Amino acid sequence: MSAMLPASARSTTRREFLSGNQAAARGAWEAGVEVAAAYPGTPSTEILETLAELPGVYAEWSTNEKVALEVALGASMTGRRAITAMKHVGLNVAADSLMTMGLVGVKAGLVIAVSDDIGFSSSQNEQDSRFWGRFVHLPVLEPADAAEAYAMAREAFVLSERHQVPVLLRLTTRVSHVKRTLHTGEREAPDPSRHGYRRDVERWIITPNHVGKRLELRAQRDAALAEEAAASSWNVLEPGTDRTVGFVVSGAAYHAVREAFPRAPVLKLGFSHPLPVSLAHRLAATVDRIVVVEESEPVAETELKAAGIAVHGKDVLPSQGEMTAPVLERAVERLLGRAPASVAGMPKPRPVFPRPPTLCAGCPYMGVYFWLGQLKNAIICGDIGCYTLGCGEPWNAMDSIISMGASLGVAHGMAKAFASDAAAKPVLAVIGDSTFLHTGMPALANITYQGGNVTVLLLDNRATAMTGGQDNPGTGHRLDGTSAPRLDFAKLVEALGVRPERVRVADPYELPTFFKVLREEMKAPEPSVIITTRPCVLSRDFEHRRPLSVRDEQCNGCARCLDVGCPAITVRRRERQERASGKVVDLAWVRIERALCTGCDLCAKACARGAIVAS
Amino acid sequence: MTTDVLVVGIGGQGVMTAAEAIARAALEAGYEASKTEVTGMSQRGGVVCSQVRIGERIEASEIRPGTARLLIAFEAAEGLRWSHYLAPDGCALLDSWRAVPPVVSSGVHQYPADPAAELRAAGRQVREIEARGTAERLGDARLANSVMLGAAAASLPFPEQALREQVLRRFAGGELAARNAAAFDAGRVLAA
Repeated sequence: MSAMLPASARSTTRREFLSGNQAAARGAWEAGVEVAAAYPGTPSTEILETLAELPGVYAEWSTNEKVALEVALGASMTGRRAITAMKHVGLNVAADSLMTMGLVGVKAGLVIAVSDDIGFSSSQNEQDSRFWGRFVHLPVLEPADAAEAYAMAREAFVLSERHQVPVLLRLTTRVSHVKRTLHTGEREAPDPSRHGYRRDVERWIITPNHVGKRLELRAQRDAALAEEAAASSWNVLEPGTDRTVGFVVSGAAYHAVREAFPRAPVLKLGFSHPLPVSLAHRLAATVDRIVVVEESEPVAETELKAAGIAVHGKDVLPSQGEMTAPVLERAVERLLGRAPASVAGMPKPRPVFPRPPTLCAGCPYMGVYFWLGQLKNAIICGDIGCYTLGCGEPWNAMDSIISMGASLGVAHGMAKAFASDAAAKPVLAVIGDSTFLHTGMPALANITYQGGNVTVLLLDNRATAMTGGQDNPGTGHRLDGTSAPRLDFAKLVEALGVRPERVRVADPYELPTFFKVLREEMKAPEPSVIITTRPCVLSRDFEHRRPLSVRDEQCNGCARCLDVGCPAITVRRRERQERASGKVVDLAWVRIERALCTGCDLCAKACARGAIVAS
Repeated sequence: MTTDVLVVGIGGQGVMTAAEAIARAALEAGYEASKTEVTGMSQRGGVVCSQVRIGERIEASEIRPGTARLLIAFEAAEGLRWSHYLAPDGCALLDSWRAVPPVVSSGVHQYPADPAAELRAAGRQVREIEARGTAERLGDARLANSVMLGAAAASLPFPEQALREQVLRRFAGGELAARNAAAFDAGRVLAA
């Protein structure tokens, strides 16, 4: 490992076992960070969670990534070191302000920790955040592991202040979510001489008349950053005895290169933008060929080619997923025209049934999807959250999932386009409380303003549940546990233009009542919002009740309870029966796992024979 | 040389916690270690795998298929799912307990008939550990985690006691510590 310890930390170091996210937070804290703002998202969430536990930091879950970035900027303008953290797609949301920050810059150090979900284990795409460094003219630091995430986060604030620029700390899942050992130090006291806000209209007011000067300054900054990157100790030319292939590599893939090719010369990029091209020239002079190993886009590869260096990269390497040691070996064998020995000998996985993620036992969303799954003639636009799982078994109740907050806009577009169509179908949008506050609200204002007709299901479970139950303005609590005014969704959607008669508050556990409300609002020729009232089963507000059980003598095997989709209900026996009418029916007899059951009563309400009762 | 260990199971079984105990015990015994928490959306009943590497020096945190010394599976089919990571002379510790998901009970997919037998037929060393059953007899299914760690203790490159202490450290003495100690020791007996 190549972690370099800042001199100030060397005296009182402690060996710790931390994930990259915990380590980045620790490094920022030691650098004296005073303000931290983020929106949760895998694989970045633990950065803010860690900072929130450390003293001397104001930490908040902001309503979205753009707001979080702006909070960090405001703090920086007052001379406080600030950090914001987000997943890769979060930076898309923050991009508008980010572009301006590339021009106006920052005052006190500002670090943007962005974690890219390489391998897309919990995201709608795989995205390479290093492009933002090019697009916005920001320096990019790419730690290879937790130890470097710590050390780079610590140094990034100094770099940020020296060039008055936000620094992009680019993490990936394998950095964020792998624990390794590292040595931590003490917190540097925030420097009071940095504190204070000075009005500077030519800088902070980015009207067109100020842009020209900022562009000039940005060009000067680019040159200074290029010089610093070329000399940075984070960019290391590691000599090797085997000159067949040399590697240019950044991020976690560095360890894969070292594992697979211990004797190869390697240019290890840590301060990877501006790209230290001179070092790549030096590598090229010592090896027969170069392979650029990047996750996930050919960013450095393209720039090296443009600089006239012959390199391989995505011509031999996959364009998606992690660059692991076996993947690299296969690529190099192919490049050298050798028989793929390493791959031939590699054992193949034995296919085993999948275990798709499920809603929790007792999840109130199951009451919603119980009905949505039975709607035969409606279009359901989904969104990002636990309710995304409604697209799967047994409900299959979703037509689209695009991005945070997209359900309402897409639904509106479909409804408008359908309006004159004889085959028009009712259009629904399903969105959670946190996602609605994140980017759903403007789209609802648009629906009411344009006279659209969408039935919105606002699933308020009082938690940002999918990422671990973080608080948001709808929960009545802040990150530090203090009480906050609880946002009133009924008033909010009314203020956004939904007529009061069309704002319905409904209990998803009351199946018949909920269906009645759903049917009424789908029939209404105007926008409506149905707000569900039950909290997430993992939240502090959820009340567990006595588990249920099946009275076998009452059960006729109709399997209606399985339409709820509760993981606490398992099938004991299946049977195919032919009725007197000649109709063939599939029957199932079930049991309820006591340990999982929350007593929510959804399956009991679904059962027409009263066979499910409190035990 | 590294000792590579996979801990696998399903969301909610404490796979991450068990892997953490192994890694920390290794660190205290003077080794380097890494531990992956690359889990995706697995907390909702999905597949969970944590990879622990133990050695003098660790490069990549991901274990190469065909090289793991030890596979600790908290669920039978999960043991089969990850078995290709085992080295030819590696060993699988398999809780014979089965978690049957809706995709199987609904008839869409099949549960493997006999995961342990299938692994043996493929030439693997397999130890079936009745962890869940033992834990239930000890009064709490959640103790299966400590039973499996106890069963694994003798197969790791540091003293069994180091792992036992690491497991018990999570409980500040008292009833829970005593029950987990009993579970850990029961696991040692089952694997002996």
